[in-house]
Amino acid sequence: MELIQLTPWDLSLAAVLVLLLAGLSFHLQLGIEKRLTIAALRSAVQLSLLGLVLKVIFTQSNPLTIGLLTLFMLLVASYEVMNRQQRRYRGYWGMGVGIFSMFLSSFSVTLLALLVIIQVEPWYTPQYLIPLLGMMLGNTMTGVALSLDNLNQNAWQQRASIEARLMLGHDWHTAIAEIRRNALRTGLIPIMNAMAAAGVVSIPGMMTGQILAGSPPLEAAKYQILILFLVSASIGLGSMTAIWVGSKHLFDERQRLRLDRLTQPKR
Amino acid sequence: MPQLNLHHLQIQQLTPISLEVAAGQCITISGPSGCGKTQLLRAIADLDPHQGEIRFNGIAQSEIPAPQWRRQVGFLPAESAWWRERVGDHFSNPESALFGALGFSLDWLEREISQLSTGERQRLALLRLLDNGPEVLLLDEPTANLDQSNSQRVEQLINSYRQEHQTTVIWVTHDQSQHQNSSCHYCFMNGKLEQQKWS
Repeated sequence: MELIQLTPWDLSLAAVLVLLLAGLSFHLQLGIEKRLTIAALRSAVQLSLLGLVLKVIFTQSNPLTIGLLTLFMLLVASYEVMNRQQRRYRGYWGMGVGIFSMFLSSFSVTLLALLVIIQVEPWYTPQYLIPLLGMMLGNTMTGVALSLDNLNQNAWQQRASIEARLMLGHDWHTAIAEIRRNALRTGLIPIMNAMAAAGVVSIPGMMTGQILAGSPPLEAAKYQILILFLVSASIGLGSMTAIWVGSKHLFDERQRLRLDRLTQPKR
Repeated sequence: MPQLNLHHLQIQQLTPISLEVAAGQCITISGPSGCGKTQLLRAIADLDPHQGEIRFNGIAQSEIPAPQWRRQVGFLPAESAWWRERVGDHFSNPESALFGALGFSLDWLEREISQLSTGERQRLALLRLLDNGPEVLLLDEPTANLDQSNSQRVEQLINSYRQEHQTTVIWVTHDQSQHQNSSCHYCFMNGKLEQQKWS
């Protein structure tokens, strides 16, 4: 099967749908037309740029530029994690928790996949590295953001009972254990739903793409299974790290609850 | 040797506080709301960062692991908080004598927290604290939500616990009679903690 090339005309037809939606929102006073248009424009610009950048990187295959691109991806993902939080950590920690947890999880899982499972030569071959890492980061970002948001919101709301436990001589682990468990569960719900629905309710985006691009369905399915497993490992590892580091930062060296290390929520 | 010793303890914008409370001694503290009474107790329990030195039996707060310090120096806040559904989940070895002293029986361990009144929770929070066997008691208006008879029960329990275990008690209260029963009364005035003399 040949890959059917998309023309600008095809894309504008799809864009008309988004414009119609924006028009409808304006007409019904839903107030999302501005944000919707900006988001659609952003995605079009970002993806086109990515296409151009990848074209250059794929032909050059220079480790330095590949490294810089992965770093850029990590920073943007961490910024998004921070941005999605009602109560974020003050100072460097705001970005730091995301950078650390996603570096530890997404990068190591991607490396494992490249070196051990797919066994690409050399391992940093951008055609494999960049899409894989993107998939890990994109999903882990959601998990980490949900986990941290849940952790900090609940710590704030339940500060009286956390402190009640500290007052009775419980250590900080015990005082925040349940909130931590809840946060992890929240972070993992999307990927668990995705795995449960995969193939029955939805055909995952990557598999859809591969099939549209002409891959045999069974090959596409195998890649999709691999990706789902890798992604859940990355999300789990990333969320656990973020929750561990984040919850530790909610207490100081004398195990006092330090909610002053969080910012006030945005209006 | 005094049991609890505060040396130049700095809280908010107040004049640094220095204070000695002996074993078995009970002092009361009063003052307008927002003057720093609760902040003082929270600092002694090491719940907020603070400057100055706090010693218990001669050992500095910073030398004792925080959880151990808080078990020794028990703080009863003005509003009690609970983290499980059942009363009994918050106790490790409930004593029926203590429960009886506040008008409860051990059957109350099976009750759900959500069905208790504020006053019941407040009294149970005191029992929960005593369950830990603290050597210092920091009490933030422990009888504020209670009627006359329950108020007296709480006072009696605290006094008998203090005498039996030679506990140091710092009691924040607006109740005149409680001031007069203490060995010493302090009042926050113009940002300063001052000892009051009985005429």
